[in-house]
Amino acid sequence: MRHGKYPFIIGFLAVPVALYAIFVVGAYLQMFQLSLTDWSGYGTFKNVGFDNFVKLWNDEVVWTALRHNGYLLLLLPIVTIVIALVFAFLLNVGGGSKGGMTQGVWGSKVYRVVFFFPQLLALALVAVIFQRVYGPDKSGMINGLLPDSWEPWLFLADENWALTCILIVLIWQAVGFYVVLFSAGMGSIGQEIYEAAALDGATRITLFFKITMPLLWGNIQVAWIYLGIAAFDAFALVNIMTVNQGGPNNSTQVLSMQIYLNAFKYSQAGYASAIGVVLFFLALSFAWLTLRVTRRDNVQA
Amino acid sequence: MSDITKSELDRRSLLRRAAAVGLAATPAVGMLSACVGGGSEEKNDQATGTKSADNPLGIDTKAPVEIVIFDGGLGTKYATDVDTPMYKKKWPESEVKYSATEQIATTIKPRLNSGTAPDMINNSGADMMDFGAIVKAGQAADLTDLFAAPSFDVAGKTVAETLVPGAIEQGTYDVEGGRKPFAVNYSFTVFGMYYNKKLFDKNGWTVPTTWADFTALCDKIKAAGITPFAYAGANASYYMVRAIMTSAAKIGTEQVLKDLDNLKPGAWTAPAIKQAAEAWGQIGVKYMNKSFLGLRHTEVQLQQNQDKVAFYPCGSWLENEQAASITPNFEYAVAPYPSVTTSDQLPATAINAAAGEIYFASTKGSNVQGGKEYLRVMLSKAAALEFTKLTKSLTVVAGAADGQTISPGLTSGNDMLTKAGKDIFMGYLWDTWYKKMNDASLEAVNALMFNGGDAQKFCDTMEKVAQDVAKDSSISKNTRA
Repeated sequence: MRHGKYPFIIGFLAVPVALYAIFVVGAYLQMFQLSLTDWSGYGTFKNVGFDNFVKLWNDEVVWTALRHNGYLLLLLPIVTIVIALVFAFLLNVGGGSKGGMTQGVWGSKVYRVVFFFPQLLALALVAVIFQRVYGPDKSGMINGLLPDSWEPWLFLADENWALTCILIVLIWQAVGFYVVLFSAGMGSIGQEIYEAAALDGATRITLFFKITMPLLWGNIQVAWIYLGIAAFDAFALVNIMTVNQGGPNNSTQVLSMQIYLNAFKYSQAGYASAIGVVLFFLALSFAWLTLRVTRRDNVQA
Repeated sequence: MSDITKSELDRRSLLRRAAAVGLAATPAVGMLSACVGGGSEEKNDQATGTKSADNPLGIDTKAPVEIVIFDGGLGTKYATDVDTPMYKKKWPESEVKYSATEQIATTIKPRLNSGTAPDMINNSGADMMDFGAIVKAGQAADLTDLFAAPSFDVAGKTVAETLVPGAIEQGTYDVEGGRKPFAVNYSFTVFGMYYNKKLFDKNGWTVPTTWADFTALCDKIKAAGITPFAYAGANASYYMVRAIMTSAAKIGTEQVLKDLDNLKPGAWTAPAIKQAAEAWGQIGVKYMNKSFLGLRHTEVQLQQNQDKVAFYPCGSWLENEQAASITPNFEYAVAPYPSVTTSDQLPATAINAAAGEIYFASTKGSNVQGGKEYLRVMLSKAAALEFTKLTKSLTVVAGAADGQTISPGLTSGNDMLTKAGKDIFMGYLWDTWYKKMNDASLEAVNALMFNGGDAQKFCDTMEKVAQDVAKDSSISKNTRA
């Protein structure tokens, strides 16, 4: 048996590794190379050293975009995780204990499916739907529900709120997935732990903070990284939903949008690659930092 | 459910997946053109034939020609049912390889960069390629010989002589060796304020020619519970930019716009621009509510079809675009933008009309002359008339659709052209030359129209953007005489 192991593994790995090398690693290397050139996206180019990065440093719009990514990074993970944890707790443990088994609130089986719906919709579809939800006149869904005498809310047309509107959609779309993730995590927590805690007279809130949270820590950590990376993206929603792709007045501008605009509209593929390089390192350092900062000793059940 | 997720989503594999998503989230620009920087060498296996009176471009009469048409608002029928049969009739041995796409850049850009491009390309739509960059990369063919060739069906005239003024200039770029034409801008668009003639007739409203008349009429319209003037801030602010530019040119002649194109210092703070911005800013403050900032062109155009909006700044494609929403009570008509001051240098009838919709032959094709010949067919009077019939859009072929009754909006646009006489100006090119400046203008005009009408701020913002573009050596510059 043993001598057949390597050909077997190589046979399985060759194709995926090749695909990964060509379409991910190769593309990345090319991006790094392009970031040092003045390529427009058409024809030939020459090397310009770090000019693109100097230009980037002085580009106000890039800084604005970075601030907006920061705002999303700050709020998207925490809000999503909190909501998802609460829902998952209610679905799995919130119903109290019955016949020695902890269980979810009434109807939790239905909720579980319903929560997952947004995850099934393509992001582009979600964007189009929410465009109508946020319609800035009486034809908009939310505005249509408000009393007639009220001035319509502007949503995406309001500089101060546009980015928050995007954030809300991101959260709405993400929550379902994390409810499922955390539910799975909670399912793996032994019944006897809850039982023991319940015997000691722990309330649901104590159960949540003393038992569920610590035992789910690994999942939460992963969710945090995953959502953080989503916050670095946000491209589809901004591209489809916002006024003038990132407006009004750049109030929803994000780095991924800047990459797109520079690469495909302004014919500055070299510069766009430079922004891509920055985004790459930002996402990487974020993931690394999160893992470092949130490291805890594993609680052994 | 939890069993499945448990086995699949252990922490490690999730982390790996998170990393993969992170990688995918960072758009890898390099990946998007299969052959980065390729195709720089001249193609030398071009099909050519002998030039003659019958074959002025010297095409290889047996070589196939490949064309790509943008499948959008104009449809593709004019190519498949008109141009290709005409070409085939003239050159029966030359096969026409036809395809249509909605994604021009996605399908064509890699082919241009790898040196296997189609011979004639219709660069248009939301996914259009930056044509200035294509010219700079040497991927578009010089069309000087096409425009100098005899017209396909107008005896005794060259192709150039059959076109409306400004048609060639629109596709002319500064390259090494001087200014050369690289594009045929085929459709001819008339710009103005579109309105419902039936609604206006019913209410006894007449089209204003002075600004005082305009605001007085707007007051009346507003009193009738209709939004007097509106545009879509979310994705169609460039219609509003064009309105302001048109007014500025009427105040201070087209020279004002040429200065903008040439990035002349102080061009955006010129009195004509400021006066135009001021006048329109007040229209925004008084007659438009902020919800239009968040609406899209389809929504505002539909509102106009429902008589909720009176005037809409647009171009002559509008009627065709809205064909499905027009009711029997709606009949498109168009009026010139009213004079802003009493001392405007151009008369109230003056209008902006420009060629648009780029068609070009690519140097990276294998039958460039054949591609040009296809363009020569398109520029024939017969093909132009059929194009207008099919698309309700005029073409740059002068007088091709004269005397035809095709649709009320088109007739109204034609009347406006006739009344304008010599006071038709091509407008401006900075929006296509300098995309960054274009995007900045969309934001600036929204701020002007929806945030209190500060004309000085509009001028200063745009002046700064223009000077930044002028200073940026990575942006190739064009000039205009």
